[in-house]
Amino acid sequence: MLWSALVGTIEQGLVYGIMALGVYLTFRVLDFPDLTVDGSFPLGAAVAAKIIADGGNPFWGVCLAIVAGCAAGLITGVLNAKLKISGLLSGILTMTALYSVNLRIMGRANIPLLRKPTVINWFGQYGLTPWMFFIVVLILTKLLLDTFLKTEVGFALRATGDNEQMPRSCGVSTDSMKLLGLSLSNALVALSGALVAQYQGFADVGMGIGTVVAGLASVIVGQALVRVNGLGWATLGAIVGSIVYRLAIFGALRLGLEPTDLRLITAVLVVIALSGPSLQSIWEKYLRGKDHAADIPTL
Amino acid sequence: MLRISQLCKIFTSGNGMEQTALDCVDLHVGPGDFVTIIGSNGAGKSTLLNAVAGVYGVEQGRIWIEGQDVTLWPEHRRAALIGRVFQDPMIGTAASMTIEENLAMALKRGCRPGLRFGVNQQNREHFQELLSLLDLGLENRLKEPVGLLSGGQRQALTLLMATVSSPKILLLDEHTAALDPKTAEQIGELTRKIVASRRLTALMVTHNLQDALEFGNRTLMMDRGNVILDVRNPRRAKMTVDDLLEQFASLRGKRLLDDRALLA
Ligand SMILES: Nc1ncnc2c1ncn2[C@@H]1O[C@H](COP(=O)(O)OP(=O)(O)OP(=O)(O)O)[C@@H](O)[C@H]1O
Ligand SMILES: [Mg+2]
Repeated sequence: MLWSALVGTIEQGLVYGIMALGVYLTFRVLDFPDLTVDGSFPLGAAVAAKIIADGGNPFWGVCLAIVAGCAAGLITGVLNAKLKISGLLSGILTMTALYSVNLRIMGRANIPLLRKPTVINWFGQYGLTPWMFFIVVLILTKLLLDTFLKTEVGFALRATGDNEQMPRSCGVSTDSMKLLGLSLSNALVALSGALVAQYQGFADVGMGIGTVVAGLASVIVGQALVRVNGLGWATLGAIVGSIVYRLAIFGALRLGLEPTDLRLITAVLVVIALSGPSLQSIWEKYLRGKDHAADIPTL
Repeated sequence: MLRISQLCKIFTSGNGMEQTALDCVDLHVGPGDFVTIIGSNGAGKSTLLNAVAGVYGVEQGRIWIEGQDVTLWPEHRRAALIGRVFQDPMIGTAASMTIEENLAMALKRGCRPGLRFGVNQQNREHFQELLSLLDLGLENRLKEPVGLLSGGQRQALTLLMATVSSPKILLLDEHTAALDPKTAEQIGELTRKIVASRRLTALMVTHNLQDALEFGNRTLMMDRGNVILDVRNPRRAKMTVDDLLEQFASLRGKRLLDDRALLA
């Protein structure tokens, strides 16, 4: 019982890990706080579920979900890079609009996928359990992402997230890089959404709420656990973080917390993790302030 | 090489106040010219360099580089023709990327980035050769993030990055001002060396009047958006800092108590 629950938790960590890689790409590589994710995750789920429920090929559904995620990211990118709306607001606008779009796609608030052919069932025929399948997808995605970040475009993308003046003076259009990064990231997020819908057996309009924060928590937890510098390690960190995050939730639930409390806990976790450096400097300032009288100005 | 005609740049502040930063500037810089630019704070020196680099559009006038009208080109497109070093050593490089990754991007300046690997072994040998010219030991630190370097080392790297693909024009905006005197001198020497060996056309803004006369072959003095003095060698070779100050005072039309403080 416990064992199968644990396996289920790890499977969740793996499948949401693809989303965490997407969040890593925007938040860490591109340094762009992209909230589109809360909309593109259910978008991927909606597109795949709609196609599967209508008797379509589930692989086709996953492909279209990826394309839809790409488009969602592109819209946020255009809002920000071309129309000069702030990054946060651009994401919020796309996310809000996507709520309506997702309802339109699904035609109702929830699509059940029980006893429908899914990609997970398909691989199941060949003896591939969900976690094996997710691991394969996740590792392929990770390796592709790592390799991409070592190409010329990957360099340009990373430089854009680091210091926009540098790529621009090297002849790179930072606007294009933002569009590219956002669409790639949201493609990954939508892929994750499409697989989650098939894994849990339904798509729901509300399933996107809190996705960004969960992804961010995974990236941050992973960063804290995998403390090796280098690109390959950072993406591995996001994956490990995603699994650890799901395990932590699992533990919290077993300790008797209500599932409805989880978002609060996740948010608090992320706040603590993000504010670590500033809390530290506030504390140091306070200490310095205390013995200020003894300070003699020096050069 | 660089031709600027009737270039005007007006900044409008939030409350609608207009500030003319460039007032119909005409300038022609021939190939191989190394021009130093001096002028008091707010004279428009940085604005001139930024306008050439395409950081912002201009209200009026045209800019040609090697005969091409680049006035409407966006900054990243002009970057194919222009190398830049900024006053702030942090701006020219990407701190989280390694030395070789930074150099690789500079080497590809102006080419559309593709899906090839960003650095290969051949690049590495080339980079090591280039870095050894700096004499800072960076040739053995190719895989270290640039964020670990000192300001002077980063500025040297930026200078190398700005010149590695032989730009048509090199723009230097007080690129030694944020460094300690000794490092500033080293970067200055390096600038001289690189510009000479690659026969670059360069514009260098400086507040050091001595440097302004010692570097390059031509000196411009700017004031309130205008070029008020333009001297070349051999006339320039005979000028002293005091001559420059005198010129400044008379061209500005009034005797200022301390021009030296104003210019420097
Ligand atoms: N981005 C900007 N927005 C508004 N006004 C600006 C901007 N950049 C420059 N200015 C104004 O244009 C004028 C020229 O500024 P510029 O930076 O070119 O001077 P500078 O000669 O480089 O001076 P310094 O020696 O201090 O660097 C100044 O009055 C400045 O206030
Ligand atoms: Mg300036």
